[in-house]
Amino acid sequence: MAQVRVTVDGVEYADDVEPRTLLVHYLRERLGKTGTLVGCDTSNCGACTVHLNGQSVKSCSVLAVQVDGAEITTIEGIARDGKLHPMQEAFNECHALQCGYCTPGMIMQAIDLLGDNPDPNEQEVREGIEGNLCRCTGYQNIVRAVQSAAAKMKPGSTADTQSPVSVAGGGE
Amino acid sequence: MIPSKFDYVKPSSVADAVAALQQGGEDAKILAGGQSLIPVLRLRLATPSVLIDLGGIPELRGIREDGDRIVIGAMTAYHDIIRDDLVKQHVTLLAQATETVADNQVRHRGTLGGSLAHADPAGDLGAVALALDAELVIAGADGSRTVPASDFFVDYFTTAIGEGEILTEIRFPKYTGWGSHYEKFNRTAQAWSMVAIAAAIRVEGGSIAEARVGLTNMGTTPIRATGVEQALVGQPATADAVRAAADRVTEGTSAPSDADAAADYREHLAKVLTGRAVLAAAG
Repeated sequence: MAQVRVTVDGVEYADDVEPRTLLVHYLRERLGKTGTLVGCDTSNCGACTVHLNGQSVKSCSVLAVQVDGAEITTIEGIARDGKLHPMQEAFNECHALQCGYCTPGMIMQAIDLLGDNPDPNEQEVREGIEGNLCRCTGYQNIVRAVQSAAAKMKPGSTADTQSPVSVAGGGE
Repeated sequence: MIPSKFDYVKPSSVADAVAALQQGGEDAKILAGGQSLIPVLRLRLATPSVLIDLGGIPELRGIREDGDRIVIGAMTAYHDIIRDDLVKQHVTLLAQATETVADNQVRHRGTLGGSLAHADPAGDLGAVALALDAELVIAGADGSRTVPASDFFVDYFTTAIGEGEILTEIRFPKYTGWGSHYEKFNRTAQAWSMVAIAAAIRVEGGSIAEARVGLTNMGTTPIRATGVEQALVGQPATADAVRAAADRVTEGTSAPSDADAAADYREHLAKVLTGRAVLAAAG
């Protein structure tokens, strides 16, 4: 067993874990954060994407022991005071999901993308989410949602974007 | 799947890592960014007794200028390489190839040193290191040694890194002012190269003065296309001249046949992609 101290969605945890425990299993099974999904077993699909110290990672390809001392944000930690993150709202408004399985990972990666590039064109959105697969092939509305969220999250936008933008932080 | 059991150590210096590696014996494995190793562990294709995580050694991360070299710590992540001004200016080809590796999430974690030490023939950065005459610094119990890229890649997943040794940094000569391009043909998912060509060209007065060409996934190791390089020098950077030189790209290769592509198809791809890569590099 190894000890891991980690902040997840703003809450500090200290746990003994087996070194072989994957971060995604730690999040889901120890912390009960089942919003982060396991889609594949090959690092292909991106459903398990979370932010590790502000950068998107596939939590199936990180060991829980590796995140000792780190800060993790999952899909469960991006809403504020009962209000969805602008990216979540955009996915809702643009109907950017069909079965919804890829959605948590898509949203976390899309937030990371906007951290690097606040105003991506369609091609840049597609490249930005290349590590996330939607097996319903519903990419059109996903791309629309990301661009819609980008417009809302722009400084000076009329949309209410108070705190979630800073929580997102993606990229740096 | 869940990996089989292993012990985990996270040394804070290269010396401690080397000691841990020697203590761990044959079944010890180095963990760099983990983007190849952790999937392999999950599939239980590897069952190491101990993982030595290099993530706690700050000196292995970072990019610096050292005279006529750009020196990249083995644990520097792809994401940081792509955005680095020194790399963009002096080793452009490395930035270009690194951008094509996998996806954003993997590029946040994956490292240059991990990729080169893993030595997957479909990995993108070996061809770049080889084409650009990089030097690899390897630390062991008796200190460090430097190996040229031409001696580093030994075979399928096999490098010159010996037992008890760790790759610590990669040193690139500067190619300031050269044109370069990484031309890659791949399945979309995961972006593994079927074939890819790394090309750097120095054009002087309309003709090619120097050429460096490396091949990804045309054999059990990255391959330097010396025949193409020789044929390019002195030629004008025109489509006809470049395509004629590109015909020599299969010399010395042993393209694999697999589910993605047969060997003869890879050979065809290599010729076409070499033409494209060199012309794009020549601007």
